[in-house]
Amino acid sequence: MHWTHKDLLDVCDLSTGDVERIFETADSFMEINRRPVKKVPTLKGKSVVLFFAEPSTRTKTSFDVAAKRLSADSFSLAKSGSSLSKGESLKDTVWTLEAMNPDAIVLRDSRSGAARFIAERLNCSVINAGDGWHAHPTQALLDAFTLRRAWGGDFTGRTVTILGDIAHSRVARSNVNLLTRLGATVRVCGPRTLLPPRLDSWPVTVCHDLDSGVDGADAVMCLRLQLERQQDGLLPSLREYAQTWGLSRRAMRKAKGGAKVLHPGPINRGVEIASDLADDADSLILDQVASGVAVRMALLFLFLTRKD
Amino acid sequence: MSNPEFVVKGARWRGENVDVLVAEGRILELRPTGNYMYTGAQKIPAGGALLLPALTDCHVHLRDPGFEYKEDIVSGLGAAAQGGFANIMCMANTRPTNDEAAVTRMMLEKARRAWKNGPRLFPVAALTRGLAGTELTELAEMRGAGCVAASNDGLPVRSSELFRRGVEYAADAGMIVIDHCEDPDMAPGAGVNEGEVSSRLGLKGQPVAAEAMQVVRDILLAEYLGLPIHIAHVSCRQAVELLAWAKGRGVPVTAETCPHYLLLTDEAVHSYDTAAKVSPPLRTQDDVLAVRQALRDGVIDILVTDHAPHAAHEKEVPFCEAPNGISGLDTALPLTMRMVDEGILDMETALRAWCHRPAEIFGLPVCAFNRDDPADFVLYDPGAPWELTPERMRSKGKNTPFMGQTLPGRVNALFVDGVRIV
Repeated sequence: MHWTHKDLLDVCDLSTGDVERIFETADSFMEINRRPVKKVPTLKGKSVVLFFAEPSTRTKTSFDVAAKRLSADSFSLAKSGSSLSKGESLKDTVWTLEAMNPDAIVLRDSRSGAARFIAERLNCSVINAGDGWHAHPTQALLDAFTLRRAWGGDFTGRTVTILGDIAHSRVARSNVNLLTRLGATVRVCGPRTLLPPRLDSWPVTVCHDLDSGVDGADAVMCLRLQLERQQDGLLPSLREYAQTWGLSRRAMRKAKGGAKVLHPGPINRGVEIASDLADDADSLILDQVASGVAVRMALLFLFLTRKD
Repeated sequence: MSNPEFVVKGARWRGENVDVLVAEGRILELRPTGNYMYTGAQKIPAGGALLLPALTDCHVHLRDPGFEYKEDIVSGLGAAAQGGFANIMCMANTRPTNDEAAVTRMMLEKARRAWKNGPRLFPVAALTRGLAGTELTELAEMRGAGCVAASNDGLPVRSSELFRRGVEYAADAGMIVIDHCEDPDMAPGAGVNEGEVSSRLGLKGQPVAAEAMQVVRDILLAEYLGLPIHIAHVSCRQAVELLAWAKGRGVPVTAETCPHYLLLTDEAVHSYDTAAKVSPPLRTQDDVLAVRQALRDGVIDILVTDHAPHAAHEKEVPFCEAPNGISGLDTALPLTMRMVDEGILDMETALRAWCHRPAEIFGLPVCAFNRDDPADFVLYDPGAPWELTPERMRSKGKNTPFMGQTLPGRVNALFVDGVRIV
């Protein structure tokens, strides 16, 4: 069965069947990642450009590891080292990349819609590794994959709370879409200054305090608080944010027993999440990292072999 | 009665076949088509085309001087002529800014050289120097040079004190102030409405309150001062309801809107389409319905294009980086006629909004087909559908969300002061 998608711009491009296929493929790569020799020749001769026009360590490394374990050649391009910082337009940069004839471009960009912008102009596959506040489909897929493994595959009847800066979060947008389609109930919780407009049009319930947000949840996904939100006038202080909205063991007592804690990283210990909770047995934060490599291997495999 | 120099024969006017008799650039008579000889007059067969008064556009960006790669006075007036416009008011956000009489004179000289018989150009003076919102411009001198209104369009004056003084000073100079209503701090120029679409796309949107709050300021000032203020491009229900309230109280405010606010919602940006990025942004269907009703009721007085041409490469960027604006001169009349065809507007509203009210508000010439009116009229063929393509647009700016759509008809002829321009 051929993979029919050229690009991965957001999770809404994927059917639930597609998602299941990604998860099954990722399952098999989890096994490879536990071997002593973690490299297979599957994508030998394929090339992937990692074009991160915004600082990123873990997503970029995760894609890089995924490509290398499948024997694809990966090339990194950072904004500071690229002509984008010399005033070249994204369109011109993209055409330059196209001329190098890669099989896929993995793009991180601070501008919402940037992934769609380049995908509309390129023949190769474009995988969105985060565009502005809009979408981060590979993060949502790895989060759901992590929960699926923790819960034995069943999302029905599960409640996931996404906590923190929802307004500026591509992780939240993609997760809301994917988790609800997998059958989970999703809540979003955070201060009103960090909630997006018209949440009534999202398939979520909205909680305006931490206790009700966490109450009875099966998992709480904590979002990173970008420290510039304070300068933007959206918060008076990190101290008050940590006291009011920071997730702690005490706050998690309201959640279901054994409820999981997730965080897309990098974490601000003591701000959005208490340090001891991040290291707790029910924290899936490091599982997310391991899942991330497997899910990205699955995506590279499916997108790079779509024409084979 | 003097003899006509030329006669346009067999045009459709309010359901009748008419002849238009013109001499010395003025209307002699509009009469039912009959068996007249019109000896000595040139006869121009209208072939059943619709006869309309030529249009006036009180809100255009011609980009000249300074941004001639987007548009210039020659190309912009060419698009206006093809669009059926006899009068064009152009905004001051040029480089240099039209904030002194020398710039105004230079604009008018360029227009006269390229289009000596029209369309007529009426520059709008910058209300403040460099549009910086700190010092008033020499409006009396600019009025003398040919400016007909004053505006800080696009960069609304933040200081209510300075804005108030500007309204007063402009009144002495015989000018109305046109205000682009947008709170200077609430997502100015966001280009997308704050709502479902911006929420989904992860874009910072502008709430309707940002527009409506400035409308309130202007209404209260206009009432307090007893001086007119013209509200630019109204896009939302809140602003419309405030204007209705103000007009009910007799406050001397007038208002305009654009075809795109009557036809499109923020769904037009659903795939980050920068052609639909405009300020104020496209709102919701509820706002569209409110703006339509307000135009029918006369709460919104006039239609304008807010013609804002940009170069293709400027719009071919990620959404947040694209400049705001829609190129509108080529499409205004066909889109309006589409709305008439669809029953959204009636013909009388369309003619009031494009022809008669703009002339009343800003003191410009208009043709009501009475004797001695300027012979400014359009022959519009309603049965000549065409596809809007970049090649068919006369404006240099091809930035329109209507690209690719079929428009219902075209301008066959434009007469200004009895001279055929198109």
